[in-house]
Amino acid sequence: MMFVRSFLLSLFFLVIATPLHAATLAEYTFEDPQKAADFREVIDEMRCLVCQNESLAGSNAELAVDLRNEIFDMMTAGQNKDDIIRFMVARYGDFVLYDPPMKPSTYPLWFGPLVLLIIGALVLIRALRKKSVTQETELSNDEQQRLDTLLKQPSDSKDAKK
Amino acid sequence: MSRYLRFLVPLAIFAVIAAFLFKGLDMNPREIPSPLIGKQVPEFSLPLLEQPGTLITNKDLLGKVYLLNVWATWCVSCRAEHETLVQLGRMNKVDIYGLNWKDERVAAQAWLKQLGNPYAANIFDKKGRTAIDLGVYGAPETFLVDAKGIIHYKHAGPVNPDLIRDKILPMVAELRKKG
Repeated sequence: MMFVRSFLLSLFFLVIATPLHAATLAEYTFEDPQKAADFREVIDEMRCLVCQNESLAGSNAELAVDLRNEIFDMMTAGQNKDDIIRFMVARYGDFVLYDPPMKPSTYPLWFGPLVLLIIGALVLIRALRKKSVTQETELSNDEQQRLDTLLKQPSDSKDAKK
Repeated sequence: MSRYLRFLVPLAIFAVIAAFLFKGLDMNPREIPSPLIGKQVPEFSLPLLEQPGTLITNKDLLGKVYLLNVWATWCVSCRAEHETLVQLGRMNKVDIYGLNWKDERVAAQAWLKQLGNPYAANIFDKKGRTAIDLGVYGAPETFLVDAKGIIHYKHAGPVNPDLIRDKILPMVAELRKKG
């Protein structure tokens, strides 16, 4: 009973939580639809520094609200997306970007998976090659003779006296 | 040869993964490297917490090595670190300035009266705009600034006596020598 109640309660909060989130962004209106789209895009690409797995768009942390307001003011004042990104990175570092820039310190991040893929492919190719080689191997003369004699032996010879 | 490889390769892979995971154990995801290290304290002009009519600017703080501590009465960890700051203040080794972040003036003044005031002065950042310029993402945070107004070190989270003794005070001494 207790379980059912808490389940229903969490379901209820889940349902009301979605429109609440949407409502937090309704207050930002732009005359230019392009600006509005840019605004949505840029706050979607920024990480909230308080709840690190949320974007600035999705977070209700107070700092996220302040930063959204700040970005809104900057964009209304005529600054573009790149200005916003520069503003944020200068204060919080690359960490705020969900899409990390390519530079020497992030090369492992960008190319690591590719390197692993190549290593995996090489290992796979080697393994496959080795397998096909063993399959094609022909028997040496000695081995062939042994095989022939074994095959010629009468089948009951296995059961010969021990 | 290949028999050894069969054994060594997985072992090597395991060792690499284990090394990364082990390193990850004592890394703090809250500790975000600040891009402000080596940069000037951002410009600001804000009222003092103690005297609403008096403005303090970044230029007023030039000429000495100081700590800038971001705090607020709504911040639980700030209360935890406050005693450490009070003790540091008593040592008289470095000036501490406070940045009172998105706080209520009355509550903040009462806090200092009740828990002790280690600050040379407190900057009252009601809107949190200067905190944004400082890249503050949670209180408490502590910056170490030299006489030219350049930030040399930032600590996110409460300071403790060990950190002050082993890291902050040695850096203060070094910056004084240089500057």
